[in-house]
Amino acid sequence: MDLFLQQLFNGLTLGSVYTLVAIGLTLVFGILHIPNFAHGALYLVGGYVTLMVMQATGVHYFIAIAASIIVVALLGVLMERLVFHPLRDAPPIHDKIAAIGLVLFFEALVELVWGTEYLRMITPFGDTVAVGGVFLTEQRILIIGVAILCVVLLTFFLKKTMMGASILAMAQNREGAFLVGINSNAVAMMTFAISGALAAIAASLASPINLVFPAMGHLVILKAFVVVIIGGMGSIPGAIVAGLLLGLTESMGATYISGDYKDMIAFLLLIIIMTVRPEGLFAKGSY
Amino acid sequence: MDKFLNQRTVIAILVLFALVFPLIYADNAYILHVMTVGFIFTISVYGMNIIAGFTGQLSLAHAGFFAIGAYTLGLLTTRTGMNFWLALVAAVLLTSLAGLVLGAIALRTKEHFFAIYTLIVGYLIYLLIDVWDGLTGGVRGLIGIPIPDPIGPIAFDSPTAMYYLVLFFLLLSIVIAVRIVRSLTGRTYVAIRNSEELAQTLGINTGVNKLVSFVVSVAYAGLAGALYAALTRFIGPEVASTTMVFNFLMYLIVGGIGTLSGPIVGTMLFIWFEQFLKGFQEYQMLIFGPVLVLVVIFYPRGIVGGFYQLKAKLQGRRDKRAPQQFQPMKAKEAEK
Repeated sequence: MDLFLQQLFNGLTLGSVYTLVAIGLTLVFGILHIPNFAHGALYLVGGYVTLMVMQATGVHYFIAIAASIIVVALLGVLMERLVFHPLRDAPPIHDKIAAIGLVLFFEALVELVWGTEYLRMITPFGDTVAVGGVFLTEQRILIIGVAILCVVLLTFFLKKTMMGASILAMAQNREGAFLVGINSNAVAMMTFAISGALAAIAASLASPINLVFPAMGHLVILKAFVVVIIGGMGSIPGAIVAGLLLGLTESMGATYISGDYKDMIAFLLLIIIMTVRPEGLFAKGSY
Repeated sequence: MDKFLNQRTVIAILVLFALVFPLIYADNAYILHVMTVGFIFTISVYGMNIIAGFTGQLSLAHAGFFAIGAYTLGLLTTRTGMNFWLALVAAVLLTSLAGLVLGAIALRTKEHFFAIYTLIVGYLIYLLIDVWDGLTGGVRGLIGIPIPDPIGPIAFDSPTAMYYLVLFFLLLSIVIAVRIVRSLTGRTYVAIRNSEELAQTLGINTGVNKLVSFVVSVAYAGLAGALYAALTRFIGPEVASTTMVFNFLMYLIVGGIGTLSGPIVGTMLFIWFEQFLKGFQEYQMLIFGPVLVLVVIFYPRGIVGGFYQLKAKLQGRRDKRAPQQFQPMKAKEAEK
């Protein structure tokens, strides 16, 4: 029973990270119709910036994360302006390829600047708390807490602010949004900024558990795609549910089935789903 | 000058150059090896071009099929001691069969979903090779793949012989690609790429056509994979990695997606460029990554497409001098 609770908790942690990454992806997809294969690069840079700010200046973990959020959000905006904006009318193949170019570039850049070694991120939340026979590290509690906070803040932003409302309007009906005078450029930049910020938060939170290395984005981003598809492309609640579900399935699968095959679970799940429902789960038929 | 530099002459010169190349570098096995690897990748990129460039479906599982071809040949020759040529045929057939099964399922998804689905299938193949120790040797890889069995008096025990063998398959692949693209089938593929709905309205069975094009593309990958295994005689899971498929894609895009000479132009260019940048191999993507992005934005049809664009422009200027109606090049461009 203790093992089960322990894995439940680990699964929630894992799921929270997937959810944060997937929400960023799903926002960009739902609003701008770009499956951003370069999202992994944002995640990667987010992890490194936090680590480097901490090491170079010795500031508190949270301040380093804030710096990382700003850097990666700006990077997201730059990506939109320089790469995806010029490609908005190109055939659907092109933006995916450009995104792959970005991934290749950022991985090489990170290797050049920081080397290829696996680096440790020391967190001030390294202590363990015992709750009814289950050991919870503070870092993992923090991950779950911050993920919940992010989701609440994002929902508030989208539902209660003017900027958020225009983002949602563009997601629901592009032409309609243009007709009422919504600035599509501003919305696109804002969407990429939020998406980048979420990737930076996710990477900074997960790094103390998973180490920091140039390929750290690969698996996470592929799984985030799985989450986005399972949750229904463009749906934020869908991404939350699917992210947690995937995290739980993985940690349970690793314990009760086999650790070797744990990374395959997500991908097999996706293949089964796409085989049964080629148009995606919960597809609204609009895109 | 124009007469002399027509397509036929250029092709003849290139083929001739490829044929005498080993004579120039007879003593340099390394250069021959690089060239041969380049040819093998070119075959694979031609396959990718058929499905992505002409039919318009971005398949990112290509490295997975390359690996299936490589491992089929490797396993059949090392474990069962099968004759090399039989194993080669088996590798191509098995890869095509895998493509048929996967394509039938994957092609029901569209656009982004298809790209993501195939990306994940490719990754799954990589994980499977990595984990399935008993069959594939896992991370240690598969060693001791034999050289091709001799055909009569022709033995394949030298780099030069391997070079000619691969060159033969490359020329065969190109000829087949040209035949497909210039046929009615090829035009059907382009119609599907330009608009699937419109193609359907014209009475084209898009499902079957996409599937056939996918299987053909996968067969190219299987052949290339099998040749790669025979050349390097060692294969590891990384032949199925996403890096591999991203490289193929880069060769294709920079060379010219949806053009007939794009794959060879792009692949050979990159293969040789990588040799020059060997000193900082890890960092070459600092240049190639942005190049890929810039090409996609400014020259969506790559070097070859850009060349034809320029040619059309020059021709247009000449046509203006002699008042004639300007002929749109678009439809013809697609087949070059």
